[in-house]
Amino acid sequence: MYAQQVDTGSKGLKSLDEMSPEERHFQEKVDGEVRIEPKNWMPDGYRKTLIRQISQHAHSEIVGMLPEGNWLTRAPSLKRKLQLMAKIQDEAGHGLYLYSAMETLGADRDEEIEKLHRGEVKFSSIFTYPTLTWADMGAIGWLVDGAAIVNQVPLQRCSYGPYARAMIRVCKEESFHQRQGYEILLTMMREGTDEQKEMVQDAINRFWWPSLMMFGPSDENSPNSAQSMAWKIKRHGNDELRQRFLDQTVPQLEFLGCTAPDPDLKWNEETGHYDFGEINWQEFFDVLKGHSPCGIERIQQRKKAIDDGQWVRDAAVAYAEKKQANNAA
Amino acid sequence: MADWTLFEVFVRSKHGLNHKHVGSVHAADATMALENARELYTRRSEGVSLWVVPAEQITASAGDEKEPFFDPADDKVYRHASFYKLPPEVDQM
Repeated sequence: MYAQQVDTGSKGLKSLDEMSPEERHFQEKVDGEVRIEPKNWMPDGYRKTLIRQISQHAHSEIVGMLPEGNWLTRAPSLKRKLQLMAKIQDEAGHGLYLYSAMETLGADRDEEIEKLHRGEVKFSSIFTYPTLTWADMGAIGWLVDGAAIVNQVPLQRCSYGPYARAMIRVCKEESFHQRQGYEILLTMMREGTDEQKEMVQDAINRFWWPSLMMFGPSDENSPNSAQSMAWKIKRHGNDELRQRFLDQTVPQLEFLGCTAPDPDLKWNEETGHYDFGEINWQEFFDVLKGHSPCGIERIQQRKKAIDDGQWVRDAAVAYAEKKQANNAA
Repeated sequence: MADWTLFEVFVRSKHGLNHKHVGSVHAADATMALENARELYTRRSEGVSLWVVPAEQITASAGDEKEPFFDPADDKVYRHASFYKLPPEVDQM
């Protein structure tokens, strides 16, 4: 997802009896659906896991602005430019909500961003793919934001209060993103030339599998996942969320009059779900390791943006100091 | 940004309602904090008024939610209207 393969440091789950009194009190609160707040005692592993997950999530929101920024000046009309700009601004906002939530755990924002730039922490695999045509803006809004919503809705009930509250605001805004993306594709399919319709199908072909990969590999036997579930950071398995996304997306795909690049995709009467083909997990792991079309470029762009903006931040501080000195005088 | 002040942000969503905490922003000064808060928390007309307060200026009750600090309120059931049983004829009170 936006945070993939988050390490919890767990080797296996502790039972209540094996826990220290503090840990037990904490776990009982979590089990009783009482939210954990910044000043409450929490296990070190819980704090570290959340910092890893929220920082990765925040980085993804911020890096996710880049593939869309690529089309800002070339959006086909003023209306589309404004809509895309509004979506990108939302992503910046989501990143900031999340960095704030992360800071309540004692993490330093600058330091976490430095880690991203040094390649020590990741951002979502989905934002390493290039955006080649305008139809990609539609496919990203519809598929990528659609997958993000499926993941983020349960995060609104995450055991950590500040993260859960950030997610509530994010989810409210995310549905505009998905609808504007789908509307881009629908307009192209209904009013476009043959070439534009082909662009839609091509964008879907390229973003289909990466969107399904966003949920991460099956985590049925993963100790990290079991720990995240016990801490109620995570509420559903990766496969379950992927299936939920697929089941809601296929009818929308058919309504568009497009197809998925998956010959095995078909409705299963017995299970009441769509069956789908094998996911190429090697591609996913390669992308996470940095072997991706745009992974390195994205980080360079982020670093450049921070470096180039240094004078603005310096000027803001100088101005604030000058004003304060004038007030004092 | 580490040298910028962390401000907590409070939004009044409608006239007549109280300000409610929504999150935080970093800024070089209070004016910039207000502008950043407007961009971050009221992009869809969520507010008619904003407060920003340096986070370090807030004094908070510490610890868990069930701390002794709030105990004095626990044994005073007579502070609630429902404590006083009245006959049905006058129970609308």
